[in-house]
Amino acid sequence: MPRHCRVSPFQGGEGAAAGACGWIEDKKGIANVTTMSSAEPTRRDFLYVATGAVAAFGAAATLVPLVAQMNPDASTIAAGVPVDVDLSPIAAGQVITVFWRSQPIFISHRTQKEIDEARAVDTNSLPDPATDQSRVKAGHDQWLVLIGICTHLGCIPIAHLGDYDGWRCPCHGSQYDSSGRVRRGPAPLNLPIPPYKFLSDSKIRIGETDTAQT
Amino acid sequence: MSGNSTYQPQGPVMQWLEKRLPIGALIHSSFIVYPTPRNLNYWWTFGGILSFMLGVQIITGIVLAMHYTPHVDLAFNSVEAIMRDVNYGWLLRYVHANGASMFFLAAYIHMFRGMYYGSYKEPREVLWILGVILLLLMIMTGFMGYVLVWGQMSFWAAKVITNLFSAIPVVGDSIVTWLWGGYAVGNPTLNRFYSLHYLLPFVIAGVVVLHIWALHVVGQNNPTGVEPKSEKDTVAFTPYATIKDGFMMVVFCILFAWFVFYIPAYLGHPDNYIMANPAQTPPEIVPEWYYLPFYAILRAIPNKLLGVMALGASILILAFLPWLDTSPVRSGRYRPLFRFFFWLFVVVCIGLGYLGSQQPAGWYVVFARLFTVYYFAFFLIILPLLGLVEKTEPLPKSISESILQGKTAGAKA
Repeated sequence: MPRHCRVSPFQGGEGAAAGACGWIEDKKGIANVTTMSSAEPTRRDFLYVATGAVAAFGAAATLVPLVAQMNPDASTIAAGVPVDVDLSPIAAGQVITVFWRSQPIFISHRTQKEIDEARAVDTNSLPDPATDQSRVKAGHDQWLVLIGICTHLGCIPIAHLGDYDGWRCPCHGSQYDSSGRVRRGPAPLNLPIPPYKFLSDSKIRIGETDTAQT
Repeated sequence: MSGNSTYQPQGPVMQWLEKRLPIGALIHSSFIVYPTPRNLNYWWTFGGILSFMLGVQIITGIVLAMHYTPHVDLAFNSVEAIMRDVNYGWLLRYVHANGASMFFLAAYIHMFRGMYYGSYKEPREVLWILGVILLLLMIMTGFMGYVLVWGQMSFWAAKVITNLFSAIPVVGDSIVTWLWGGYAVGNPTLNRFYSLHYLLPFVIAGVVVLHIWALHVVGQNNPTGVEPKSEKDTVAFTPYATIKDGFMMVVFCILFAWFVFYIPAYLGHPDNYIMANPAQTPPEIVPEWYYLPFYAILRAIPNKLLGVMALGASILILAFLPWLDTSPVRSGRYRPLFRFFFWLFVVVCIGLGYLGSQQPAGWYVVFARLFTVYYFAFFLIILPLLGLVEKTEPLPKSISESILQGKTAGAKA
């Protein structure tokens, strides 16, 4: 392969062999930058490093909008604002489903029997230990608010089914009790509680907590 | 041109890969040690710029496609949602729209370079024809992309351009109905344009591979038009051409960024911010600037079928350039009479572009017809005759000689 020697305007000064080849093909196959074994980095080295650094920065900067555009856009975020639900039409023993951020939210108006059953359970025997009191708001024990997505693989459990006065998931048979805690089946965790707070005794806002964090 | 004997893969991974798929050797021989004429000027950087722009358009296009809805009731609003709601959507849309303009700007400069330096002459005829095919694909892609916005200009451009085919005798109307997928431009039209607009850039990429392959077989032309005769005439592609291309890409991107960030809507038409209304044609229909010269030629001919044929001929005639130009001298640098007619041709093209943007009335029509006559005369009369009668300047014996003897009197261009 031919050797292409081009006299650089930067060479020929002190310490550099005039007419030295700046470009050579050796057995490595990849053309070297310089044949001079100078101890000092040359201008060319500086230019290569500087160009490479700017190019790397440019590449990273280019990636930012390309990656960011896949995140939820302003309209999706705007549609995910907290939603208020009026609890007064919900009779005791009834479970309704509303949507918040495209997720099904179960609102269960529990009977006293369901509350007592949930509180009677030995929490150590649960696959995902949790007390019923920790899953409801103080003073509003009859209201159970859950994210209605099975913690196994994402199906929506069906209310008033199963052996625990709670829910059963049709996909793989997981069962949840009257506190939404997993009792049986492949699901590993209890049905999660969304952020919510009581605006009054008959109205809740899903998407905001009492400390105004979402 | 296969430099496979000189590439030695480094490290066990590359050695393993090279035995199975010698991509290292391919890149090495095509883009690293590839012998490049040492006298290439900056007009030769536009091929690299075009490849870069194709990448930009494909990437921004794919990303925009994640947010666009190709339905007549939803398309316009989905574009506005991209502009207003999608993170950096405004940037992606403006890069894609102005990128199309920059793509055509680079393509036209690239073509004018080829015409000036005789890069279409033997043995580069196939290379040139592949380029003409690329231009046609670009024109189709750009047209369909503009329709997707579904503004007033989008809709009426679709109407006008698809109606061109009705000029074809006998089968014209059937073809138009077939293109539309209905009795008029409508949802089926929009949907199929979306599909094809997504497809064609990848077809372009494939033809670009052929274009570069054809180039590497015969080697690049150079400003003297004299082929490299020895190693002294060439340098390795990397780093010389790589850096030169990279530098010009940066300069080009400065111009690109100027449009995107300061005047992003300058090259567009305000009427395309009005939703498409099939019942009302805007007072003036103009295509984007890069189609204006062809538009002027179409309107210059008073007959419908002949106008359409002239439009098609104005692009297709480029494919015959290698055979229309009879001069044995390749580069315009040594052809003073050719240079005069060439620059006149450039002025005529720009003039046709301006005339395409104006209403076809009065003096505009006269000049459009004059310029159209010159456009075709340049290819069909001037170039064939020039080669036979012009007095050319003496060629240098080699590329090295042309450099080492300095820029002698006469041609530096």
